[in-house]
Amino acid sequence: MSLFDSVGNYVRQSQIWGSVFRHGVPRDRRTRAMAVLSNVFLHLHPVAVRKSGIRLSFTWCMGGLTFFLFLAETITGVLLMFYYRPVVEYAYADIIGLRAHVTLGLLREIHRWGAHAMVIAIWLHMLRVFLTGSYKPPREFNWSVGVILLVLTLLLSFTGYLLPWDQLAIWAITVGSNMARATPVLGHEGPGAAMMFVGEVPLIHAGSDARFLLLGGTAVGPGALLRFYVLHCIFIPLVAAVLIALHFWRVRKDGAISGPL
Amino acid sequence: MTTSIHSVFAAAESGISDTIKDTLNALSVPEYFVSITVVLLIIGLLTYRQWTRPMVAVTLSLLFIAFYVWSALDENFFKIITKPDNIPITMMIVFTALVTWVAFRQAAINDARLEKGEPLIESGADDKVLVWPDLVYTELIAMVLCTVVLVVWAIVLKAPLEPPANPTNIPNPSKAPWYFLGLQELLVYFDPWIAGVLLPSLIIVGLIALPFIDKNPRGNGYYTFKQRPFVISTFMFGWMIMWIVLIVLGTFLRGPNWNIFGPYETWDPHRPAALLNINISDVFWVITPDWLGFEWWKPGLPTKAALGGYMPAFLIREAPGIVLLSGYFFVLPVLLAKTIFRKIYHEIGFTRFCVFWLLMSWMFIVPIKMVLRWMFNLKYFVAVTEYFVNI
Repeated sequence: MSLFDSVGNYVRQSQIWGSVFRHGVPRDRRTRAMAVLSNVFLHLHPVAVRKSGIRLSFTWCMGGLTFFLFLAETITGVLLMFYYRPVVEYAYADIIGLRAHVTLGLLREIHRWGAHAMVIAIWLHMLRVFLTGSYKPPREFNWSVGVILLVLTLLLSFTGYLLPWDQLAIWAITVGSNMARATPVLGHEGPGAAMMFVGEVPLIHAGSDARFLLLGGTAVGPGALLRFYVLHCIFIPLVAAVLIALHFWRVRKDGAISGPL
Repeated sequence: MTTSIHSVFAAAESGISDTIKDTLNALSVPEYFVSITVVLLIIGLLTYRQWTRPMVAVTLSLLFIAFYVWSALDENFFKIITKPDNIPITMMIVFTALVTWVAFRQAAINDARLEKGEPLIESGADDKVLVWPDLVYTELIAMVLCTVVLVVWAIVLKAPLEPPANPTNIPNPSKAPWYFLGLQELLVYFDPWIAGVLLPSLIIVGLIALPFIDKNPRGNGYYTFKQRPFVISTFMFGWMIMWIVLIVLGTFLRGPNWNIFGPYETWDPHRPAALLNINISDVFWVITPDWLGFEWWKPGLPTKAALGGYMPAFLIREAPGIVLLSGYFFVLPVLLAKTIFRKIYHEIGFTRFCVFWLLMSWMFIVPIKMVLRWMFNLKYFVAVTEYFVNI
């Protein structure tokens, strides 16, 4: 027995190891099943799956990569939050500082490219699920959850786009949020808004419409920066995390990865 | 002697490449760009058993790579594709092409097998494997590869950072983030309440509604095209043309003043903006009477209310457009349900057909309006500018 094996055996027979992993080394069917069942993270999976279902050419791994990118974005995002202040006076300077002064100043790059990759990955995941007909019964509800997750991914990316507070950021968000101005009834330039009166007082104007709600002001300014920051770092990720849990749980409950019935 | 031959070759070569570039620049206007991609999509769907053959696919991708590399030698093309936030567009094109091939390749194989009564790629008796180790390790490898790609990407390419935000300095063009550029492109044809609010909402609602409208039980859990050609064709039109192609158009080809610039053209901010557009009401009340040359009917745009003020002027003015749109939204589905959509109507029933038509009509009003804009410069079917209701 080599030294490596004996150290390994010693570690695995210790009380500490046994308290964390309640099953033996996953070398046979029973312990391998236990490895998945007795681990809160791994038990997002079923114990066994269709061999043809986990082929790379079937799933393209896009759903899994989207989730992995979500985790990578969360980790780099939390680290970025240590350095970044969502205030007009500091935001841009903090972004410069992230690159210039922070050791291994790659966080923002990884975060931004990861966000782009996540958008592409989730689109392709949807395309795969569509082309394999995997939205069909019994998976209709999970497809709907997936569509909401796709929208949340785009919103995450969109709210994050403003945070560097450079020209690219504010004008892209200006173009995007100008749409809210035209929301029917609720936007002050939208159809129907002109009919919303209480006596002589207009209900919907530039200081009370959907765009104002989104930006916390009549233009992309300090209010918008703070709102987008809170939405980006707290609200949308929380909602997404809950829906991701639901999505994975339903994948299991609806019969794991799809295959011919 | 050699120099002169070289220069002759160089001249001939640059002559050819200039001709190609000029042609491609000219084909970059939406009229051609969107139309050509639609034709390519139709051909692709009809011939999916041919182009998915490995040899054909390899040839096509080599041609594409050659085209991209050759194009990248051009200064303007290089400038646009290497903007940091445009890099994802190239990735998106490559990955979308790759996975579409993978999907349709398997669909072609499965469809051939179904015809012969053979089992599908995805079928297999008793083929369950344990998640540990088969799936867990696949996931681990995917995560490691993804991390490596991200870190290398982050080292090689800096995230973009422009000068600090300045509310008084509006860039020309002002573009939304790249994944919304398809929607921004729709602003050329529709008012913001349609392009920016209604259509995105309908896309979301439509996607959620898809499993409840598509009652075809076949093609569940495996790649196929033959068993669900209508749904796949419609989806691929929405996805490939209305989403991907419009993003590429918006990112690579839209320049200052939202003008179209070919991929090999320099962005010139002084190029004049587009012509004035006309409404259906103009066509009905002014242009057609003029063109017909009637002496007895020169109505002009109605400006007076009728029926004792109960029918405001704009309703009379916009009546032709309202009739036209009502026909499209409410009469056409009845005709279709009795003719080419007869089978679909019987399969899915009245309620589902109504939702189906709501989604289909709004998806196809986009290309319809595009074509009418290109051909007749149409601005609005119905223009009630007074209440911001313009369609």
